[in-house]
Amino acid sequence: MSRPGRDDAPDRLYTLTQGRSSSGPDNPFDLVTLVVAECDPVPGMQSEHAAILRLTERPTAVVEIAAELKLPVSITRILLSDLLAAGRVSARHPRRAAVPDPDILEQVLVGLRNL
Amino acid sequence: MDSATSETHTASETRTPLGASADNGLKIVVVGGFGAGKTTMVRSVSEIRPLNTEETMTQAGEDVDDTRGVRGKTATTVAFDFGRITLDAHNVLYLFGAPGQERFWFLWDRLFSGTLGAVVLVDTRRIDDSWYAIDRLEKHGTPFIVACNDFGGPAFPPEQVREALDLDPHVPLVGCDARSRESSKLVLITLVEHIQALYADPARAPRQELV
Repeated sequence: MSRPGRDDAPDRLYTLTQGRSSSGPDNPFDLVTLVVAECDPVPGMQSEHAAILRLTERPTAVVEIAAELKLPVSITRILLSDLLAAGRVSARHPRRAAVPDPDILEQVLVGLRNL
Repeated sequence: MDSATSETHTASETRTPLGASADNGLKIVVVGGFGAGKTTMVRSVSEIRPLNTEETMTQAGEDVDDTRGVRGKTATTVAFDFGRITLDAHNVLYLFGAPGQERFWFLWDRLFSGTLGAVVLVDTRRIDDSWYAIDRLEKHGTPFIVACNDFGGPAFPPEQVREALDLDPHVPLVGCDARSRESSKLVLITLVEHIQALYADPARAPRQELV
């Protein structure tokens, strides 16, 4: 058993992203950004891109995509930003605020109590 | 026990997809030393079998566009697992189990910025495993509570645990059984109530940096 990505040669990961190793500070994808496919995979598409489109027929978090593809989160973020730039996926980013929205906190509590 | 990483089925066979209207992901992090029960707690409340993934980051100037220094960089890789709780039609809570050790904190901002808060899961037989995590969470301004996982040994009086952890009086300290869904659920509820109370009192509201 091995952790995802752990035994992958770094060369392979570089190839997936055309040599980019870091998703950088401008990458908009949070771990829990929910990604939704906007189109079906097409022949000739990079296989990881096709896999992401299949995974995201329903909203799927970045971290789930990384786990399913067995790729590090940073590599997944790069693949996702390519798809986003091409209009093939849309992204539902978490609502960020310096202070958590009291309504959201209340919804979290209600949801947890109903578990 | 099966491991998420030995998963051989294709994703579509085993995944439980979210509802189409889900649009707001939320994060809570369970931090604890090795064997404190993080994965157990995540599994107890998660609607999916916990998944495992990892993040790698070069510690030296990753934003600097200079490949000459590449050989000198050290890569930090941390693995973490996570589960998921659908709260309602819009909100989905992701629960992360994260190791508390030092190297992990290089990645804290990248992974867990914007987190609602954290549960520090403590094994009272190895209480010093938690010092570092508590220290970092305090410095970070991340709201947290401490949950002592009951491993069936002699119970330590709360005051003793509080003292050993040098815990701020306002930080809730609870006992729990990470194997129990109900107990783990109560831990999360205690955390969110604590966060509510913190932000309701502007004088004590943490200033979490937006990264």
